[in-house]
Amino acid sequence: MWQYDKKLAFPVKIKCTNPALAKLIITQLGGPDGEAGAALRYLSQRYSMPNAKVKAVLTDIGTEELAHIEMVSAIVSQLTRNLKVEDLAKGGFDAYYVDHTTGVYPVDATGNPFTAATFQSTGDPIADLHEDLAAEQKARLTYDNILRLADDPDVREPIKFLRARELVHFQRFGEALRITQESLDSKNFYAYNPAFDKRK
Amino acid sequence: MSSDKQKLLRKLQVADFALSEAVLFLDTHPSDEQALAYFHKQREGYDALYREYTEKFGPLRAFDNRSKTRWEWADGPWPWEYEANV
Repeated sequence: MWQYDKKLAFPVKIKCTNPALAKLIITQLGGPDGEAGAALRYLSQRYSMPNAKVKAVLTDIGTEELAHIEMVSAIVSQLTRNLKVEDLAKGGFDAYYVDHTTGVYPVDATGNPFTAATFQSTGDPIADLHEDLAAEQKARLTYDNILRLADDPDVREPIKFLRARELVHFQRFGEALRITQESLDSKNFYAYNPAFDKRK
Repeated sequence: MSSDKQKLLRKLQVADFALSEAVLFLDTHPSDEQALAYFHKQREGYDALYREYTEKFGPLRAFDNRSKTRWEWADGPWPWEYEANV
């Protein structure tokens, strides 16, 4: 179960309205390498992990991603605060506006709604942990792309925080993969599914 | 929002971050004595800040609602709002 802490993981205080930037950053909420996909990926994959330490990693990183959903949503929401009608078409925010006004809805940068089709829970710990390593790199590079496009320091500071977390998660997933591989049957040379295949 | 509240909130966010980092590290290094000692040291600071914040500025979790006469948990601003961060 979960309990909500009434605070952000890192402060978000954006003074300047910028709908064009909101339209780009929202991909880290609902896009292919966004925080919603990350949270659901890790929290779903927990159930087929054979190792207790790896279950802990997926639970704690998955939980942290929920807090990152909130941070990205806060950035998007504050970037469209006090939005004037004449600014709607700037950077193509009008298409989002017509469906969602200034509400926060999980989509990617081109407006495709969030989909679980961007991640997997294969039931195979080795395959899943490799996906998790790739997912952290993809999230990191998306934040790098955002940092190339965002000038506002109020936006850059929380984005840099989120980017740095991807690096730490990558490190922890590397250790989780090593822990899982070390506990495989020594005859399991090709690392087939240790959660499903039984071998004598 | 008062600057006292912001200062304390920042300290709490820093303490929370340090603890969360220690938690993730300990998940894959549960036998690391130095990391466990770091966790406990950070935990002391976090607990003191948590207590001070909730006594002065209201609940961080719904279960922390101290007032017997008022439901403070539902007070704004909420964390994602600009006003809660300045």
